[in-house]
Order: sequence, then C-alpha cells, then structure tokens
Amino acid sequence: MTDRPGPDASPAAHPPVPAGAGRTRSFSLRRRLTFTLAGFGGLALVSLLVAPLIGPTPIALGRVFDPAIPFADNVDAQIFFIARLPRALAGMLVGASLAVAGVVFQALLRNPLATPFTLGVSAGASLGAMLVITFGLPMAVAGVPAVPVASLIGSLAAAGIVYAMATLRRRGLSTTVLLLAGVTLNSFFSAIIMFVQYSADFAQTFQTVRWLMGNLDVSGFQPIIAALPLTGVAFVMFATLPRALNLLTLGRDSAAARGVDVLRTQRVAFLSASLATGAAVSLAGPIGFIGIVIPHLVRLLVGADHRIVMPASACLGAAFLVACDVVARTAMAPVELPVGVITALTGGPFFLWLLMRRP
Amino acid sequence: MLQATDVRFAYDRQPVLHEVSFDLVAGGVLGILGPNGSGKTTLLRLLGGLLRPQSGRIALDGSDLREIPHATLAQRMAIVPQETQLAFDYSVLEIALMGRYPHLRAFEVEGPEDIALARAALAETGTAELEDRSFMTLSGGEKQRVVIASALSQFGRRAVDAADTSDGQAEVLLLDEPTASLDLGYQLDVTATLRRLNTERSTSMVISTHDLNFAAALCDRVVLLRQGRVLAAGPIGDVLRPDTVRALYDVDAAVERHEAAGHLTVVPLTRRGDAAPGGRAGR
Repeated sequence: MTDRPGPDASPAAHPPVPAGAGRTRSFSLRRRLTFTLAGFGGLALVSLLVAPLIGPTPIALGRVFDPAIPFADNVDAQIFFIARLPRALAGMLVGASLAVAGVVFQALLRNPLATPFTLGVSAGASLGAMLVITFGLPMAVAGVPAVPVASLIGSLAAAGIVYAMATLRRRGLSTTVLLLAGVTLNSFFSAIIMFVQYSADFAQTFQTVRWLMGNLDVSGFQPIIAALPLTGVAFVMFATLPRALNLLTLGRDSAAARGVDVLRTQRVAFLSASLATGAAVSLAGPIGFIGIVIPHLVRLLVGADHRIVMPASACLGAAFLVACDVVARTAMAPVELPVGVITALTGGPFFLWLLMRRP
Repeated sequence: MLQATDVRFAYDRQPVLHEVSFDLVAGGVLGILGPNGSGKTTLLRLLGGLLRPQSGRIALDGSDLREIPHATLAQRMAIVPQETQLAFDYSVLEIALMGRYPHLRAFEVEGPEDIALARAALAETGTAELEDRSFMTLSGGEKQRVVIASALSQFGRRAVDAADTSDGQAEVLLLDEPTASLDLGYQLDVTATLRRLNTERSTSMVISTHDLNFAAALCDRVVLLRQGRVLAAGPIGDVLRPDTVRALYDVDAAVERHEAAGHLTVVPLTRRGDAAPGGRAGR
C-alpha cells in the first residue's frame, strides 16, 4: 500500500507509464502461481507417496526405495509399485480430471452449481456401462475391456447430443439450452437405466450399482495408460483456456468486446471438459462431488483467477481423491467401501457448509 | 470517426433496424434515445462489432468493422453493458486488468505496466481505493464505474506498443443504458465520471438510454430511434422538443432549459389518451 498512482497522478490522455510502476504491491501472478502450485502440488505428491504405504500389510517407505534390496526380493517395493501405486495413480488422474472439468463447466455455463456430470456425460457413461453389464456382452473384445469402452462411448455420445441441441437452432452456442438439454438427458438416461435394471437379474443389477458408486480398483497400469491419451488431449486444451474463461465470467458480450473469440472458447471448453470427464468416468465410474467441492474450495483459498484455479484444482482434486480412497480401503477393512461413497459423505456436508456461509 | 450507413438488422427475420445512419465525430458524445424495444441495444451491439448488419456498413475511421481484427478493435473501442453480473468473485483490480486482454499475447501474463495502466484507469473513475475489494460487494454505482475503468484500460498503451501504433487514434466508449439500474445519487456519479472522461481524455462516446434528462446532461448530439427507424437526429438542442418526445413515447412533456443544471430538461406531463399501455402507434 505505498505509492500507487493517486487520482491526481493520472488523467493525461495516455498516461506515460514509469518503468517498474506497480511493483510496489504483490500482485505478481507468477509468484502467486508458484506459491499455489508448490503448496497444492506438494500435497498431491505427498498423497501419491503416502497412500500406497497404507493398507492391510504395513510397508516402510525406507525399504520400498532401498537400492540394496533387489526388486524381486523386496516385498515392500512389490506391494508399493504393483499392488497399490496403480490405484493411487488412477485416483490422481481421475481426481485431477474431474476437478478441472468442474471448473471449466462452471465457467462455461457461468453457473457455480455446475458439475462435470451436469451435462449428461456421466449418465451417458452409466448407460453404456450398464448395457454391457446387463446384456452380457463380451467383457473384453480383442483384449480391450468392454465396460470402460462402452462408458466412454456413452459419455461422448451424450456430450454430442447436448452440443448438437445447443447449436442447432442458432448461430453460436446457447449455454441455456446446453444446461437444460444436459439436465433432461440426465433424467432420460437414468430412466432407461432403471427400466433395464427392473428387468435385469440380481447379479447384473448388483454389478451395475457397484459400477455407479465409483471405484478406483484398477488392476495394474493398463487402464491408466489407456486413459492417458484422451486425458492428455483434454489437459492440453485446458491450458489454452484460463484467461478467456476469466473474461467469460463478465458475460459473453463483455468478453467479445475485449477481443475474446467467445464461440471458440466455448467449443474448446465444452470439448475438453467432456473428454476429461468421459475418460475419468470410464476409468473409475461416476465419482461425485469432486467436480464441485474442489473448485469451490480452491476459489475460496486462492481467488477466482482461472490461471491459478485450474492448476490448483487439478492438484487438490488429485490429492483429495487419493486420500478418500485410502479411507475407502481402510475404514471398514477388510471390506472396501466404494470411493464415491466417501467423496459424497465428506463432500456433501462440506458443500452445504459452503452454501450456508455465503452472505 | 464511427459511422453507420443504412444499417439494417433482423433477428430470425424479425426486423429490428431499418436503414439507420449516423455519424459520431471524434470527441463527441452521441445519445441513442428511444423507448424500450426500439432497437437501441441491438444498434449498440452492431456498433461494437458483436453483431453484423445484414446490409449497410459500420466503419471506424473509414475501415469497415468486419475488416478490423478483434483485438485491434478492442484496443480502440470498449463496451459497457447496463449491468455486470459475475458468475465468480473477482477483485476490483482483477476486473480492471481484464481490459488488458487485447494487448496480451497468448499465455502472456500482465506485467507491471499493465497493472499500472489498470490502476490509472481505476483512478480516472474514482475507484482506485477499491482495488482490493471484491467486485460483488460493491454498490451499483461503484460496480458501474469499475466496469468503465475496465473498459478504459483496454485503451491504455504500454511503452513497447506505443512505438509501433499510429498515435493519436481516438477511443470510443459504447455505453448501454449505463444508469438504468442505478438510483439517483449513483446516476449523478456515473454522469460526472463520463463527462470528465469526455472533457479530459476526449473519449468519444455512444450512449443508449431511454432517460432523456441523462442524455440531455451528457450528449451533444442525439439520434431518436422509434421501432428501428431514425425519427430525428442532430444537435440535442434542435432535436429534443415536445413534439419529438410525443412521437417517441406518446407522452406530452415540457422541454425547458434548466438554469442550475445547465442543460435541457424534460418533464413528462401526461400520457396520450389513445395509447393504451403496450399499444404504441404502429404496433
């Protein structure tokens, strides 16, 4: 709060800008970004290292990384890397994807209550997965497991339908139609799921319900590697968005008047967030609440600038889901709870509290 | 400098504007007056390049808006909407910095110069001391002045850029009903801010409004718009008369110069008897 330009220091038509002016206050975005990323990124990294240590068989971090013991004889390292690390990595991938997709959908729809599942992506994925489970289609085609593929196809089909609805009748993209079509598609797909479930046998229904609860129980690294290309594309697209999303907060016209290509931004936002959500859901099922709780918590902590909110949400979403999964694995051991139950049990009350503290 | 020639526009075959022509001179304040639904906001969006006319032409210093790249246009022309509702809460300084968007390259972060320019813009609208406040907690009048500051920061030139752009290019502010949602005190605040920008920075302005007294306080020329057609245009002293007010609003009014205010004032007297609400002539 030192020598900022006062009201009488400026009114010349194009005020000359002294070099270094404005450095007096700490509005350096780079510094804020560095600090935030160091904090949240550190948290994500710690969760990745600590989570695999926790489980029914206790293992020691020192032994895991002890170079003196060959891997074939190092049981701790085997449990760490083969049994538990894939699960933690899946949690990071899914948590980061859902959290950033939540941020992007909220900015695109200009609605703080939007989630990655608002636009029907998860209902489409659930429908795809349910059809494969119920109609006893082969669980793997040419070595590719069918349920994740079907859920991915379902989610992208839902996104395609919603997008087509929102662009069909007018030039540009109507976010109102997007929202209404998404909500409608969600109910419609849920109705189909219930209809089919009603006539399905007990075992299939049980399997479908388990899938709908969300679960990070990946077997090995393969599913993660399979999800990576799509997630990677989505995150590259995410990287181009933050500044335009900031301006979109002002409204479509105000953003356009400042030089933002609004339609292109909306398209990239919709496509990238749908891809990330589809990939995450096909890997772990529809895990709720991450996409809404994490973005709001992050905004509460670091402000609304998407250049900070997006990377911070990715890190915190990753750390949060990995932590929830540890609870899911250990809370009622040896029984494993579905991680979606833990995220909802912790996220739900937290979100209600967030709503209540709003003035 | 900003010129509309025979502009026609329709939303889905629903005609909104018919052959509208006028000219904003550099340093001038042009008012677009008319009742609700007369096409004011559409005209302003056309002037700002947010919509394209179906026929006719809108030109800034002789070049058609369609040929000016978005970012270049945004460095010379800014739009202030009637109301700004944020989906998420930004600080006042962050809002002002959003005006720097057209000056930044992809992935470029606002530098100290941009921050200084944004602060200078806040100072010009008398909102410098609000810079750390959250936008959502401001009063209506404060919000509107911060949004005007954000628009002004679009015009600011950094030392690096000043060299390669032809200097002395005037700036245009397009304001859509800037006082419509404000109470009397805030209306005067915003009016004073705009008048000062016009006299001190010679910012050119186009202001759409249905508030005749607000227009009379600020504008030197006005265009009267009724059902998408220009009813009359010219210096405000010539155009704002009891008969034009009657033609525009179906209201009998006294139009007199107010000595203390220093400009024309319009006092509405009676609604014309034959005009039922919503049933204006020609509808």
